[in-house]
This record gives sequence, C-alpha cells and structure tokens, in this order.
Amino acid sequence: MKSHIANLFSPAAIRALAVPGAILLCVVAGAKWNWIAQFPDDWTLPVAAGINVILNSIIPNILPLTSTVSHALGTMLGSLVATLQFLPWPAVVLAVMLIGFKAGGLRLLALCLCALSYIVLAGFWRQSMATLSLVILAVPISVLGGFLLGLGAFLLPWVRRPIELLFDFMQTFPAFAYLIPLLLLFGFGPIAGLVATAIYAIPPMARCMLSGLTQVPRELVEVGDMTGCTPLQRLLWVELPSAKPMMMIGINQTTMAALSMVITASIIGGFDDIGWAVLSGLRQADLGKSLLSGLVIVLISIITDRITAGIFAGRRAQNGWHMRWGTAPVLLAAAAILGMGALSRWAAPDLVQGLNETRGVIDLSVVNSAVLGFVGRYGHILDALKSGILYYLVLPLRLGLSGAVLPTTWGFAMTPPVTAFYAAVALLLAIRQWAKGNPGGAAGTLSLAILLFIGLVGFPWPAAILLVMWCALRVSGPKFAFFAGASLGFALLSGLWIPFVKSLYLVGVSVALCALVGGLLGMLAAHNSWLSAGLRPINDALQTMPQFVFLIPALMFFKVGEFAGLIAISLYAIVPAIRYTEAGLRAVPATILETARQLGCTPAQSNLLVQVPLARPALLLGLNQTVMAAITMLPIAATVGTAELGQQIYISLGKADAGLGITAGIVFCLTAINLDRMLRAAAERCATPDQDK
Amino acid sequence: MSSAPSLASPRQVKLACRDLWKLYGARPRDAMAAAMPLVEDKDRLRSELAGSGHVAAVAGASLEVHEAEIFVLMGLSGSGKSTLLRCLTRLIEPTSGKVLLDGEDLLAASRHRMVELRRHAMGMVFQNFGLLPHLTVLDNVAFPLRVQGIEASKRYARAREMIELVGLRGLEGHFPSQLSGGQQQRVGIARSLAVGPQIWFLDEPFSALDPLIRRQMQDEFIRLQKMLRKTIVFVTHDVQEAFRLADRIAIMRHGSIVQMGTPAEIALAPANAYIAEFLRDIPTLRVIKAADVMRPLAADTSPAHVVSGSAVLEEIVPLVLNGTPLVGVQDEAGAIVGQVTAAEIAELARQGRD
Repeated sequence: MKSHIANLFSPAAIRALAVPGAILLCVVAGAKWNWIAQFPDDWTLPVAAGINVILNSIIPNILPLTSTVSHALGTMLGSLVATLQFLPWPAVVLAVMLIGFKAGGLRLLALCLCALSYIVLAGFWRQSMATLSLVILAVPISVLGGFLLGLGAFLLPWVRRPIELLFDFMQTFPAFAYLIPLLLLFGFGPIAGLVATAIYAIPPMARCMLSGLTQVPRELVEVGDMTGCTPLQRLLWVELPSAKPMMMIGINQTTMAALSMVITASIIGGFDDIGWAVLSGLRQADLGKSLLSGLVIVLISIITDRITAGIFAGRRAQNGWHMRWGTAPVLLAAAAILGMGALSRWAAPDLVQGLNETRGVIDLSVVNSAVLGFVGRYGHILDALKSGILYYLVLPLRLGLSGAVLPTTWGFAMTPPVTAFYAAVALLLAIRQWAKGNPGGAAGTLSLAILLFIGLVGFPWPAAILLVMWCALRVSGPKFAFFAGASLGFALLSGLWIPFVKSLYLVGVSVALCALVGGLLGMLAAHNSWLSAGLRPINDALQTMPQFVFLIPALMFFKVGEFAGLIAISLYAIVPAIRYTEAGLRAVPATILETARQLGCTPAQSNLLVQVPLARPALLLGLNQTVMAAITMLPIAATVGTAELGQQIYISLGKADAGLGITAGIVFCLTAINLDRMLRAAAERCATPDQDK
Repeated sequence: MSSAPSLASPRQVKLACRDLWKLYGARPRDAMAAAMPLVEDKDRLRSELAGSGHVAAVAGASLEVHEAEIFVLMGLSGSGKSTLLRCLTRLIEPTSGKVLLDGEDLLAASRHRMVELRRHAMGMVFQNFGLLPHLTVLDNVAFPLRVQGIEASKRYARAREMIELVGLRGLEGHFPSQLSGGQQQRVGIARSLAVGPQIWFLDEPFSALDPLIRRQMQDEFIRLQKMLRKTIVFVTHDVQEAFRLADRIAIMRHGSIVQMGTPAEIALAPANAYIAEFLRDIPTLRVIKAADVMRPLAADTSPAHVVSGSAVLEEIVPLVLNGTPLVGVQDEAGAIVGQVTAAEIAELARQGRD
C-alpha cells in the first residue's frame, strides 16, 4: 500500500501532470499575449504561392504531352459514348441480365432487371451510358497503373515504404485539390475528369496487388525455390498466380472507386452524364432531379459491384438456379446480343431509335413537391433536431462550454460558481484516475476538460501542439510525436490553422454522432440476428454509394449549410461504426459469455463488463474507420457550405488557385494520416495491454 | 517397422553439415563473433545473444547423412529443426558453418549452381503440401520439370508415372482444393520425386494429417523408400513417427543436437533427462532389435529358438512368455552370434514403463 502511494508521486506521475499544467499556462498567457492565442499572420509562409510558382514552371513543359494524351483519350471517349448510346437499350439490358445471372444467379438477374428498368423509366439511359463509358476507359488505366505500382513496390523492397506512403496520400488527398492542376494540363472537360477518376482509382488496385503478392504463403515461395525457379519463373508461375484472387478484389474495388468519383469529376467537365445530372440537380436545388439521378448511380454501383465480385469469385457454389456455362461463353453471348442490337438499329433506324430516346415517365415536379411537402409537414421535428445538435454538440466543441452555454439554450450561464463546479468535477475525475495509478489518464482528463471549456477554435496553438505531441508520444513513441508535431507546424505555417481546426471539430461532431447511433445499432444487431440481417443490405448499399449522393437527403431535409454537411458526413461515416461494433461484439467467444452467465452476470453486466472490454480493439478500429470516412467526406460536404479545409479546397477550385488547393490537400492528408496512426496505435495497445508500461 | 536393418555398416556420407549456425537479429555475424567464446556454456550463450537482440535458431549443428538412409531430425516446435533443414537446402542462408553435398560446399556454391542442384539433385515435401492452387494435380507434379524447360509431352509422361507411383491415378485433372489432405500430400510427394532427386527432404510431411491418415502415409512412405532407396532428411515433431521411420535420429533442442544415433541407441541410453522424457511415449520393445542388446552366447548352451538380429524385442516376447529362458540371435549368414535372455527382456520392458 505504501509503495502504491509512493507511486502517486513518482517522477513519471509528476511529469504527466505537467501537460495539463502547461496547457493551462498557455490559456492564461494567451489572454495577455495575443500571439499565443492566435498564430500571427506575418509568421505564416507563402506555401500556396510557392506551389503555384513550381506548377507554373512545370506545366508548360509537359503540356504538349498531356494535350496529345488528352486528344487521344477524347477520341476514345467520344467513340465509346457514341457506340454505347447507339446500342438499343433492350439489347444492353438483356446482355447485362445474362452476365448478372452468371455472376449471381436469379437474385442478381432480378436486381439487374429492376435497376435497369428504373434507369430507363426515369429517363437517364443516355447519361448512364456516358458514365459507363467514362468508367470503362478509366478502370483499365487504373488497373494497369495499380498493377505496376504494386508490382514495383513488391519487387523493390527499399521503395516499398515510400510507395505505401504515396498510397496513403493518394487515398486521402482530396480529389478536388488535384482537379485544378489536371484542369490546367488537360483542359476543361470530361478528359480531366477521366484522368482524375483514373488517378483516384489507382490505390485500391495497387494495395491489393501488393498485399496479394506479399501474402503468398512462404511455403509456396519455397516450392518455387526448391524446384529451381529463376526469380522470373517464380514471379510468373508462383507468385502472380497465387496473388490472383487479391488482384480480382483489387479490380472490383478500383471499379467501385471509379464509379464513386464520376460525380466529383463532373465538376470540371460539363459532360452529359449521370455525375453532371446529380451535380446540376444539387446546384439548381432541383432535388427531384438529383434524387432520381443519384439513385441511378447508386444502382449502377450496386450491380457493378455484385457482377464483378460474382464473376471474380469464380467456382463458388450458388444455391438455387445458376448457370452451367463458363464465364467466357457468357461474355461472348452477351457480346452477340449487343451485336445483334446494333445490327437491328442499322437495319431499322427509325423504329429502334424511337425506343432509345427514352424520355422517362417519372414526373420530376411531383417528386419535388412530395419532398417539399414532407419537409414542410415535419419541419418542426427536423428543426428541433438541428438546433439540438447545434447547441449541445457543435457549439460546445467550436466555442467551448465558456462560449456555448447560454441561458437561452442551456438554461444557465457559465457563471463563476458553475465554472468552479465544472472544474471540481474534472479534478475529482482526474484524482480518481491518479489514485488508480494512472497519472496519464488523470492528465488526459484534465487536458480534455480544459479543451472542452475553451473550445477548439479558441484553443491556444502551442497548447494544441503540446497536447497532440504528448498523445502521440504515449500511444506510439517519439518518432511519431515528432511527425505529428511537424504536421501541426505545417498547418500553422501555411496559414490554414483555423480551417484545419474547424475540420477537426466537424469530424469530431460527426464521429460522435456516428459512434452514438452506429454504436447503438451495432450493439443491438450483435444481439439480434433479425436486426443484423436487416441492416446488412442497408450497410452494403451505403458503402457502395458514391459520396456525393449522401448530400442529397441532407440537402433535402436541412437546406444548404454546415448542418447539412454534418448530416451527409455522418450518413457516410456511420457504416464502419455499425459494422465494427457488431463484428467486435459478436467475435467475443461464446465460451467466455457462457462463463459470464455461469458466474451470475445479468445480460447488461455481461455486456458492459465482458463483451465491451473484450471487443475494445475492434471498437477502436471501427472508430478509426469512422474517422477516416468522415475525413474523406469533408471536401464533398464543403459543396453544401461547411467552413473548413474542404471549403478552402472548394474555393481554390473556383479561383483556379492550384497552390491553395494542394496546400489544403496536404494539411488534409496529414490530418488523416496522423489520426489514422494514432487510433491504430491505440487499438494495438488495447489488444496487447502488457506493453502498457 | 524400420525399413532397413541398422546393423551399422559404414556407408558413404551423402550430405553433411559442420558447426552450422543460424542467428536471427540485427547483426548476426557480429553477434556470432562476440558470442563464440561462450560456446561451451549453452545457457550463457543464449542469454548473451538475447542481450544483443539475437536468437540462435540453429546453434552449432553437425551431422552426417549416409547414402540411402532415413535421417530424422526431431524436436519440439521452436527447436530449430525446420530451420536446420532449410539451412541444408540453403532456403535459409546460414550465418556460419559448412554444408557439404557429396563433398561440395553448398554455402560456397554460386546462385546458378544452387538452381542447378535444386532442379536436379534435391526434392522437398512441405508440411502444408505447398501445392499451387491454380494448377491441376498433373500440372503441379509436372511443375519442377516445367521449370527446367522440359517439353510438355515428356514432362506430362513423367508426371503421370509419378502420380501412378503414389496411387492417385484418375485424379490428374483435379485441383488441389478438390482433394483430401492425404491426397494432397501424395501430390506433394509425387512432385518432389518427379525430377528423380538424389536427396529427399521432407519437412513435417504428415503433421497436418489426421492420425489414421498419417499412419497410412507413413506405411506408404516406407513402401516408397524400399523401392527408391533415396537419401532422406525427414523432419518431425512426432516422437513415435521418428522412431518408427528412422534409421538414425538427431534430437534437437534450442537449436543444438542433443543426441544422435539409431533409435535403439537412443532408447537404450538416453543422453539426458530431457530425452528420457521423450522416450516415455515410445514402445521400447518395438524399437530395440535383438542385435542391439544381445550378449555373447554362453558356452554349452544351445538355444531352443533362434531369431534374426534385426528382429525387434517385441517379436521375441511371445517366445519368452511361452517359457523359453533364452533366445539365440543369428547374423545375416545364419550363424548364431549371441543370445537374449528372458530376464533381460523383462528388465528392458520395466525400464520402458518408468
């Protein structure tokens, strides 16, 4: 007991408490010296301008090359669009249904039929074919690029780390930010969009390729060596064939990434496709149009996903009706159907052409008025939800309790007695942690209390750097702490500190919402197979939807503004919260639950004392995925009026200021990479508690 | 029972290694040099190496494998037996030592020479079969020949021969995923034999199989070896398997060879308590042969029963139980060279139970 008390005042404990102390000092000093509270403008460096100078010197030199590429791609795209739009839709529908039947049996056939009928009936056939052309051209480029990158990273281990870092950057770097340089290189139009789509879709293929190759069982590599393979023989005959299933997954994911990018790409390319239809619907506040066209792209995504996944999964036992033919004959048959369609259109142009010019039978104005009517009738509920989240979640994080707690909203003000009470509660919680021998926890509690009181926007920057570096040091080590500190330094020096902080709180709020709602749903689904089965297709659909689509319902119900962005982000980011919670809780071994029941735990006790602690690593990984999803959604949410880094990127797009966009993009990536590493490290620490000391 | 009598006749050494070391860690060669003075005290050596962040997976192993002999490397998991096997084939590069195949130092061989040797002189069977999932049985067995660039008709003919040999005729067109574990390992065996290797490495070939199938595969292995007379290095963690198959056994612990000898030599004189502990699972009477324990024939006795020197004691037990006090032992030429008494057998049986 005595040593326990001595531990409380060990040097480590004292050192840990230095952190909240220093933060408090910064806050107090910030009141006196403004440069501590706010990073002075004259200290910032002209990063964006510098990037612009570099770009301006590079772009003219490679312009001849890119304009040739642009021309070639333009010709290909034009003829592909013309071909696809020339084909009569019944032939295409039949061909797709045949392939769907091969890939997923009767169920997928029915799904294809419904989806394609909807596209025809809603009047988006032409646009769909244009979008399909874009994807058909972009995917092979991405697959080839990903294949080569992944192979290169595998063959040259010393470049593997940098290439993996490059993948991280490519995946988190907001597409908006590289649209401008692409615009400068390829000109305004669908080709810049095509290239943007291709670039965006490379990393999934490259990652799958690399992991497929590195995960070839050691034994198979040894078989290659023991039979006397040369390195090339081993690669061609052992490693690449073994990595094939992963490559197939890569192609599927790349296709999905390309599809999810088409709306974003249409921002820089006025091209009569679905992406453009969704975007212009959003811009014109024509909700009916964006809703209907958004549904089209969702359906295209879902059937593309199911078909590619089904075809690549190969010989898998399917229940019910299924096709005995191999994949190649089915594809040939589909091609034959398309050929016959084309021939029939040549033979009888007038008859078939009339069919192809589908007008759509769904009346947009009816959809619009239905939506408006709904919003009008339930407006008060939506408003209550909006103001609730705004007053109790958004504002406290932005302005701190000191700024957000007002008599009009909270019913009381932060008078000195209330503040003292708040401080006392925080202190008590901290002391409890300390008494448990966890000075780090105590320091964390106190720091968090100060942060909540001040709010993210007003938090002094030296304190923020200190806090982040300390967290990074604790979860991972000095190297990472240095990296995290340097990242914050870049945000400060580039003058993007305030947008960066606003991004953080937006992510924070939406992650909190997702964790609450998604965590609850996941928990219920873990205990209720019926709910679980019901949630699965919804989650699948949400995950295959292009990010832009999430803006539509948010806009429908909450109008333009930060709140609509928040809702869109949360809708997009909730799936991992649900999935990981359910999977983590379900993965707790039945024997342990049985033990808990035998020991006399009530269901609630078994839940809180056994399941949740055991599932903690999975829950933290789910949190990580949720945070990542929220971050990648930020720039898209910016189009409906949030004020954060995404907005900076969006503004840069409007001003064609490539430097600003790229700078904001880098801050963005750094934020994502740091948060990712921090949460992963935390999850790993959770999984191996022995290394705590 | 063991395939060949172990009445040790000096045979030619096919494969040997001398003072072979494999260290894992940041700077294995430096750590090796620093730790060499401690080589006599294994425990201190280990802690010294651990101090610099190194582990000796193989610690000074020396052995000789004779022509046409089944040499078993046995040890628990982590004892370094698989690493030693891979050092012998240079799948893993040893830190120091020598590996000699027919007197040629493999560690000095060029990359080209190693490819040559692996293509023609070595065959290997893997614990998890190591079959290429995208190839049929026929293509898997023909794979080593394809690597050599042998034309299709020739390699398929040879592969069919091998498939026939392991009793898988009719399954040539199947994929590995369609076969049972035992069948898959037969494919692995057929593939390793396809090039007609001089030396055959088997790395825990039957460990991933069910006990019943494992026994069948052991019988199959014995049958094949009777036909083929290969030089074999066989790795296993299964004591019974080791004593059942081996001509000679090397028992490994912490990367070193603790004892090496014929099954009977080990069973009769375990080097230490660790090995004695292993032997508790071994039916001693089934391992020891009459020639291993016979004494010179006492004068003026003429044994009522005579057995061959390669007969295991278990075969003599029924005679002894019938009241025969001693049994004569004859050599291959038929001359009676020694005797085994009932009392001696009873004593050995008692020791085996302790």
